[in-house]
Amino acid sequence: MPTRIEKEARPETMLLNMGPSHPAMHGTIRIMLELDGERILNSEVEIGYLHRGFEKTCENRTYFNLLIYTDRLNYVSPLINNLGYAMAIEKMLGVEVPERAQYIRVIMSELSRISDHLTCLAAMAMESGAFTVFLYKMKAREFLWDVIEQTTGARMTTSYVRVGGVRADLHPEFETALKKAVVETRKVLKDVHGLLDKNKIFINRTRDIAVISPEDAISFGWTGPCLRSTGVYYDVRKAQPYLSYNRLDFEVPLGERGDNYDRYMVRMKEMEQSLRIIEQAAGRIRKTPAGILAQAVDPAVAIKSSRRQKIKGGIKLSPNLEGAERVKYRDILSADKGYVVPPKEDVYTTIEGLINHFKFFMKGAGIRPPKGEVYFSVEGGNGELGYYIVSDGTDRPYRLHLRAPCFHIVAALEQLIKGRYVADVIPTFGSMNMIGGELDR
Amino acid sequence: MSGNETGPAMLETKGKPRPPARFITTQFNAVLGWARKYSLFQYPFITACCGMEYMSTACAHFDLDRFGAGWTRFSPRQADMLLVVGTVTQKLAPVLRTVYEQMTDPKWVVAFGTCTVSGGIYDNYAVVQGIDLIIPVDIYIPGCPPRPETVLDGLLKLQEKIQHQEQDWRWKKRRP
Amino acid sequence: MEETKTLDLLKEKFPGEVKDVFTSFGDGVVIIDKGALLSIVKYLKDKPHEYNMLLDLSCVDYLGEDPRFEMVYHLFSLPRNKRLRIKARLAEDDLRIPSLAGLWKNANWLEREVFDMFGVHFEGHPDLRRIFMYDCFEGYPLRKDYPLRKRQPCIKFRE
Repeated sequence: MPTRIEKEARPETMLLNMGPSHPAMHGTIRIMLELDGERILNSEVEIGYLHRGFEKTCENRTYFNLLIYTDRLNYVSPLINNLGYAMAIEKMLGVEVPERAQYIRVIMSELSRISDHLTCLAAMAMESGAFTVFLYKMKAREFLWDVIEQTTGARMTTSYVRVGGVRADLHPEFETALKKAVVETRKVLKDVHGLLDKNKIFINRTRDIAVISPEDAISFGWTGPCLRSTGVYYDVRKAQPYLSYNRLDFEVPLGERGDNYDRYMVRMKEMEQSLRIIEQAAGRIRKTPAGILAQAVDPAVAIKSSRRQKIKGGIKLSPNLEGAERVKYRDILSADKGYVVPPKEDVYTTIEGLINHFKFFMKGAGIRPPKGEVYFSVEGGNGELGYYIVSDGTDRPYRLHLRAPCFHIVAALEQLIKGRYVADVIPTFGSMNMIGGELDR
Repeated sequence: MSGNETGPAMLETKGKPRPPARFITTQFNAVLGWARKYSLFQYPFITACCGMEYMSTACAHFDLDRFGAGWTRFSPRQADMLLVVGTVTQKLAPVLRTVYEQMTDPKWVVAFGTCTVSGGIYDNYAVVQGIDLIIPVDIYIPGCPPRPETVLDGLLKLQEKIQHQEQDWRWKKRRP
Repeated sequence: MEETKTLDLLKEKFPGEVKDVFTSFGDGVVIIDKGALLSIVKYLKDKPHEYNMLLDLSCVDYLGEDPRFEMVYHLFSLPRNKRLRIKARLAEDDLRIPSLAGLWKNANWLEREVFDMFGVHFEGHPDLRRIFMYDCFEGYPLRKDYPLRKRQPCIKFRE
């Protein structure tokens, strides 16, 4: 079936297809251009090549199971997606998260946000020809991912944030790893500022290209760094503060003209602000105590002896559960039993723990928010990431809808590239930070 | 495609005496295999989250280039390894098929990530349950996403496979 | 909350069309008649309410109830930093609702998504066609009566 542009194109122009699989490595999107020489007269953007049926899957899985699907939405900043989802459910349940867990969530969110901006700008620079910037930023991202992996266990798709808190406490060596990562990231940012900020080639490719006015941006529903580059001050962390953002001191950088260069600059400055937030938050939580308790007992022995008496000390748990011991539970997870997995020591040795564990994972039980609907949004890497959940009282959502920020941003692409050259499409598209998982769900 | 097809056993024709130039063709096979495995030009067909791990594997920390597979050729006609990275949806399946058919022989396909191996966590109306329903696959790399070390391990296995397989050149085609 | 003031003003101004007004977990919700959507939204977009951003629009399928579908609109006021949710019910045999594409530019793609997933027809939409699914796909996937695993492959599979 011919697409809209194939029907509308004039016979004397050329149709160019930037197909779903192309080197501008943002995922799969198809941009069809109607060209007169190099000028773009008309364009059409076709999405949906990564539509994985997330919203339909949500109606068939329990709330706890859905956590892994949320990782894969905006896959460069997975912890922020997890966070939005968990906080939407917490809003329905009316849960209070302990303070340490709030700071940990903030640190993880900001680490994710930095890696999101690093990836976006690295890809944008690489496609404009600055390959060095890509390699430098990937190096910095590796250090950040090492920090995340130490605590959560996975580099990318972590599924770390839980309803009621986080899954595990910070690793004992978190501070050293974080310091190293922050120092390396700052070095890389300084290098990239030197390479790109006043670079004539980069400025020619991005300054005054794809300008959007604030009114248009608001009409398109833009949020996040792209909206802030036009000069509109809107950040969900400041407007509707969640977690402990209202107790942390950070600025929200704004742009002026709404062109590609401003989008690049806003992201670079936001990374610096995120590093500030991380340092403040890390300074406020007390150091994680190292090691397991001295009287830790072998699990098999503990289970056997628990028949006769209560186990007072710790149990040597598997390395997968590092950070989720009972002593740490008070700090990382909310105390209510209805929607939190009990600590493994209780599950192995007491009958209440076992029953709670069983009830949590059994079909028909577990996290069951009251009937109703809720909309909660967090500041994602691209803007306002919102979750609209309709609950019918069972353990599965009745409907879950994601407000994807880059859906609205990419909707403006056709308007932004009209009248420009083919070569302008690449930095424009790169500065929008389209993430396929979020766009197509 | 079975693995480990060593020359003499495969080429044994039933009952007839073996041709005398067997030694030369076997050695030529081995040399061709050696040359091909250390100079893989990859076409990364990137769709989703595994793309991030691909970027990590290709960059400084876990370098793909030291295995000879560093050159990314963004045109299927110039590439010989199709690296399908990330979920392939029903909408994208014809595109993948076209890209595969555009590649010239010899070519190898690597399924990177569980979504390409078997559909992954997405078992619904929109996702193809494994790309081997669309194109023939040589190496399957599991993981969601696979760690870079896993990818390098997969690449080494592919190199081993290339070394030992029946090379296709001129009149001998591996896949008719 | 100031939200309640907006909700009360709405109820006064449109007595017939606004069916219900309440807050759900802290969010203000308005249930309206679908015919009055454009007039209510235009009223909210102007001063003093100034809901100048359409955050989201989606649809929920309440299979078994009549009217079956419910359109949900999330509006946001940037100057006043306030959110509002507007809901309108649609019956299965009359799946038409006025389009907001003339008021906000992102409504174009959002409504295409709802059309693709649910089959709701938007009157006045400039270019209503599928956005996520491919052209030869039949049916509307997010409806409750569409099975999760019903695949409609575009090309012939190998094995």
